[in-house]
Amino acid sequence: MKFSESWLRTLVDPDLTSEALSHALTMAGLEVEELKPVAPAFDQVVVAQVLEVARHPDADRLNVCRVDTGNGEPATIVCGAPNVAVGLKVPCALPGAQLPGGLTIKVAKVRGVESSGMLCSAKELGIAEEASGLLVLPADAPVGQSLRQVLDLDDCQFELKLTPNRADCLSLLGIAREVGAITGAATRLPEVAEIPATIADTRAIVLDAPTACPLYCGRIIKGVDARAATPEWMKRRLERSGIRAISALVDVTNYVMLELGQPLHAFDNTRLAGAVHARMAKPGEKLLLLNEQTIAVDADVLMIADDAKPLAMAGIMGGEESGISLETRELFLESAFFTPSVIAGRARRYGFGSDASHRFERGVDFGGTRRAIERATRLILDICGGQAGPVVEARAALPSRQPVRLRTTRAEKVLGLTLGAERIAALFAGLGLSFARQGDDFLVTPPSWRFDMEIEEDLIEEIARLHGYDNIPAPAPRGRMKMMPQLEAQRPATRIRQMLADRGYQEVVNFAFVETAWEADFAGKSEEGELIRLANPIASQMAVMRSTLIGGLVANLVTNLRRKQSRVRLFELGRCFGRDAQGAPVAGFSQPWRLAGLAYGGALPEGWAAGARKVDFFDLKGDLGALLTPAELRWEKTAHPALHPGRAARVLLAGREIGMLGELHPQWTQKYELPQAPVVFELDFAALEMAQTPVFAEVSKFQPVIRDLAVVVDHDLPLQALLDGLQKGKPELVRDVQLFDLYAGKGVLENKKSLAFRIVMQDTQRTLLDSEVDAAMQQLVSCLERAFGAQLRA
Amino acid sequence: MNTLDDIVAHALAEFAAISEPAKLEEAKARYLGKTGQITEQMKTLGKLPPEEKKTVGAAINAAKNKVEEALNARRESLKRVALEAQLTSEALDVTLPGRSEQRGGLHPVTRSLERIEALFASIGFAVADGPEIEDDFHNFTALNTPEDHPARSMHDTFYLQNPDGSVADKVLLRTHTSPIQARYMQAHVARYGHLTHMPEIRIIAPGRVYRVDSDATHSPMFHQVEGLWVGEDVSFADLKGVIADFLRSFFETDDLNVRFRPSFFPFTEPSAEIDVAFISGALKGRWLEIAGCGMVHPNVLKIAGIDPEKYTGFAFGFGPDRLTMLRYGVNDLRLFFEGDLRFLRQFA
Repeated sequence: MKFSESWLRTLVDPDLTSEALSHALTMAGLEVEELKPVAPAFDQVVVAQVLEVARHPDADRLNVCRVDTGNGEPATIVCGAPNVAVGLKVPCALPGAQLPGGLTIKVAKVRGVESSGMLCSAKELGIAEEASGLLVLPADAPVGQSLRQVLDLDDCQFELKLTPNRADCLSLLGIAREVGAITGAATRLPEVAEIPATIADTRAIVLDAPTACPLYCGRIIKGVDARAATPEWMKRRLERSGIRAISALVDVTNYVMLELGQPLHAFDNTRLAGAVHARMAKPGEKLLLLNEQTIAVDADVLMIADDAKPLAMAGIMGGEESGISLETRELFLESAFFTPSVIAGRARRYGFGSDASHRFERGVDFGGTRRAIERATRLILDICGGQAGPVVEARAALPSRQPVRLRTTRAEKVLGLTLGAERIAALFAGLGLSFARQGDDFLVTPPSWRFDMEIEEDLIEEIARLHGYDNIPAPAPRGRMKMMPQLEAQRPATRIRQMLADRGYQEVVNFAFVETAWEADFAGKSEEGELIRLANPIASQMAVMRSTLIGGLVANLVTNLRRKQSRVRLFELGRCFGRDAQGAPVAGFSQPWRLAGLAYGGALPEGWAAGARKVDFFDLKGDLGALLTPAELRWEKTAHPALHPGRAARVLLAGREIGMLGELHPQWTQKYELPQAPVVFELDFAALEMAQTPVFAEVSKFQPVIRDLAVVVDHDLPLQALLDGLQKGKPELVRDVQLFDLYAGKGVLENKKSLAFRIVMQDTQRTLLDSEVDAAMQQLVSCLERAFGAQLRA
Repeated sequence: MNTLDDIVAHALAEFAAISEPAKLEEAKARYLGKTGQITEQMKTLGKLPPEEKKTVGAAINAAKNKVEEALNARRESLKRVALEAQLTSEALDVTLPGRSEQRGGLHPVTRSLERIEALFASIGFAVADGPEIEDDFHNFTALNTPEDHPARSMHDTFYLQNPDGSVADKVLLRTHTSPIQARYMQAHVARYGHLTHMPEIRIIAPGRVYRVDSDATHSPMFHQVEGLWVGEDVSFADLKGVIADFLRSFFETDDLNVRFRPSFFPFTEPSAEIDVAFISGALKGRWLEIAGCGMVHPNVLKIAGIDPEKYTGFAFGFGPDRLTMLRYGVNDLRLFFEGDLRFLRQFA
């Protein structure tokens, strides 16, 4: 909501500077988004009339003018403007004047002719961006008077960022009322007198949907001159309120809307047939609007219609056909109240909005409907002439205004301060609320212009706002002390992040909506039924909700390689999304938290002591093992759309798959133009969070016996199979089996590999005998021979 | 006994001239070995009359001691020299870089979130979480924002498509973290509703939120931290106290003005916007909008099953991206979501 300060000050004139007024509005909840003077500072510029114009003797493009500046003797002024002409009234900067941009006007010779002042364009005065010549002033502008006064330039434009509950401040009247309440200044609200009818013409009004439109006033005005000029003061006020002046009739309706908050609509009365109806849209009804859009209206849209056809979307926009033009001689003027819920959201549904719908959907003062039509009639008759018929008013049940109880104790409890009933009474009186006292309680009847006073809290808010949020104390919080849980069996996210950071990974945050191709490449999802598409994506590469974090990390890698980073380690902890019939808490979707990582480049940062080894599968496997210590992970070869088929593993924790690890599939390495394949992992975060509370086990007092065992097995046999076999077949006293060497090549047959294990044997109660140890080793060997055809290596 | 003195003097001179341990041992043999000069002197003792034996014997012993002492001293000296030589040869260039993994780091917004969580934990706020694909009910209706409420136009909401391409009616990407409030209160009532005095709710809920908006100061995905304190005696003054305490703690300065200014959110009443102005520094004196807050609207409490007569509470929503920008002087929101290591490593 933009408005002119000087207009406001005609209604309420608090003893505050513009800045202080702005601050007071902001601190009362009417946030001033912008406050700017309508003109930059300048002085000693007056209205002057050009008396004579003669060509400059020494310059083709200059004229020597005799100008009446109002102080007796005409002044001689040299002027280069193309539109200078005898009789024109124009601004004249007198000697000594300070113009915007630091220019000071002096008596000076211009090409030999003495010039005592300067005739100005709007641009030279800083009140327009461009100008093609002198600013031509109205013929009735008094010569010699200050231009600032004549054009009301000592004015500021305020722009309020109003919250949706304060529809009552979408007018000068409302703002004035508010300023009165905040500052205590007296308000002088415009007086509106009833305009007696001078013609008898009327049009019947039918409220077909009385809950949607419970009040409608209409009046015919005949014989208007639609081409009449809008007065300068009205144009100025409109323009300073951000509304372009168009034509007198349109300007008047806009002016009254700004002044009183009541949107009006003017129909060309000759285009109307029969009665005017306020009714819901009929099936299949279409209307060409003033914005040249043809809308097929839904059944829940309120329409203004005549007996034959729809005329307007009520409270939103008029129809093109029944609208007024410069040819209009006969008006049907509408001032109505439309129920906010009937207007709300409709304009948005069709992709537009209007000043009228903005107001009606928030609530327009139904106590001012009649006043607005009288006010508009007065202005039309004054500006465009004509004869007004009587106002026809159709009325049904208006919104009720039930008294709201306010308890002083409750207000004090909610706000946390002591106010007292007298202070509250004073604040309510300042707002113009009517209320009854019952001891320290109040029964407040909300005024017709407020749509945000239905419950006690609404009144508490008014009290807080007018008392001043600044005046509410800010004590240190008090609460009941209760210890926060410290779940030892849960690994906090902070710890997981820190561990990854400590191991060289940098955290990133990527958008949750991704390119469709990423879902196919990294999650194998290409069926429409599997994807979660946004209905209104911001761009096509942000169209689908991610089901994996890998795509984002690969994109980050590409970005960083382009920026000459050769070693990249990244992780992200974020939600992924999938369609899932069993999903909760939002039905149809699963939204698990996942942790994903990517490593690329050297195994160690490049340096004098680092080898050239590139990071590989086992580096990351080690990282994940460390992350989940002491949990025992199992790793199984797997197939995954994102991963190299020979270098991909699924990760299992307590028998449940919790994620994957592997080298990026060469296909994607090529597609995303990566010089080498990164290694990536992705894990369910819920599994990572599971930690364990430690349980004590007796430490043996006896020395362990350590023996080595090397066997040759088939090259393709996974280690895990051997370890599982040993676990099953090992004697009790074998505590631990660790692989310490892996060899294939010279000395070992092709298709075979040699594995060397370190075997730890121990008994908690006694020292082991050599014979027991030998027997245990033999048992292990025969277990491997039997199950895997292993041969003891010599 | 000139000869004896000569032998000693000779031995000492010879030892001093030797610089290799092996040569020193050879020289030792020449004096103290089986046929060494001192040993030879000892052998002469037997031939002497008993009265001379004692004095001559003592003199020879003294000479032997002197030679042995000199020998040991020389041995030590040579060892020391050898050690020094070894140490010199083993010396490192200690200015070479260390050999280790380069440390990574947390995202700057995570850094802020962790600090925010810790600060609020210190006054008893637990951390709550909620879904990012949210239903219309929790994102709007449960927060006193019915369909067609003008406040809905304040959010530019991302909606989802059904598999058949139609727009899903009631699911969206949450536009704020406030639905977590609604969910948490419902769960709280389910758990404690039977008690005459429910325990207080004190939570913060950080998370990613989504709005159809993208320019230098808006990202279609960004972060929020929701806060909620509901109890039997929680007031607007408490809200002001908590927020002022938080902001001064977060920015680690008292050089900060905080103001509350009336505003409107459908789910709080009274509502406020929180502005801060730094008293010094680059942003000195400018009011910066930093959060929205207010007393939980009675309708929101009611929808969650909480009696607003008995319980009151406040809620607030901060933008941790903004807080992070202010704290570290980051000038472009988009940097947070670009994954550029040159930017991110500054926060390691």
